[in-house]
Amino acid sequence: MEIGDKLTPHTFRVTRADLVRYAGASGDFNPIHWSDRIATKVGLPGVIAHGMYTMALAGQAVLAWAGDPAAVVEYGVRFTKPVVVPDDDEGTEVVVGAVVKGFTEQGHAQLEITATCGGEKVLGQARAVIRVG
Amino acid sequence: MSLDPSFVGRTYPPTPSYEVGREKIREFAAAVGAVHAAHTDPAAARALGHPDLVAPPTFPFVVTMKASEQIIADPALGIDYSRVVHGDQRFRYTRPVYAGDRLTCVCAVEDITSRGGHDFVTTRTEVSTEDGEPVVTVWSKLVVRGEG
Repeated sequence: MEIGDKLTPHTFRVTRADLVRYAGASGDFNPIHWSDRIATKVGLPGVIAHGMYTMALAGQAVLAWAGDPAAVVEYGVRFTKPVVVPDDDEGTEVVVGAVVKGFTEQGHAQLEITATCGGEKVLGQARAVIRVG
Repeated sequence: MSLDPSFVGRTYPPTPSYEVGREKIREFAAAVGAVHAAHTDPAAARALGHPDLVAPPTFPFVVTMKASEQIIADPALGIDYSRVVHGDQRFRYTRPVYAGDRLTCVCAVEDITSRGGHDFVTTRTEVSTEDGEPVVTVWSKLVVRGEG
């Protein structure tokens, strides 16, 4: 990996079924992630993905690039915009990219990650430090 | 109503341990599309030098989310959970979480600020094994949306 290297953007399709599966696996059963009735009642356009699900997908794109499931030293994001997931077969798409911005003193790669849905950023200040080589 | 900033620095008692099971790691890995064999096959994980299955990097949140209920549900602090939105999330790993780990969490209120009628609470959770081996530090910033 070198400074400026880019991860080929990775597209994840996200459907309601994925959210239900993530809810069960993570234990986060907040109804805004499965009930349109509750989601709209609290002012959302509809059911939204768990922020932690989007963070996990972006993390997977980076780890697949690194080729080592234990490579992450640090990983942080800001949830800037909800990922709205319609109740149909297509769901929505989250596109994840990353670029190498530099290296730490220990030689770990510093990545800046982008995640968009419908062309809009859903993660901000998304950065990971990963062990390389 | 703003949250009491004197809660900054408050540390809560260690949580009862969470035992990380292989099937939970497999289930979580499948849910987030983590396909590396080290998440599902103990032999593959050992071949890479790990003691057992490797949990995906955001897995610790499963453990810390439950632990941070100590703070979120602390009546003295008085967070209205129905108004809470997840703002930021950060992990700093000493090592990955492995199947068989018995993890305990120590939660602390790291920061409280108020801006534009909203409160921002940053929690820090030190996740370690029962034997005291540090595993990961987890920060969550929660936004408590103001009324109206």
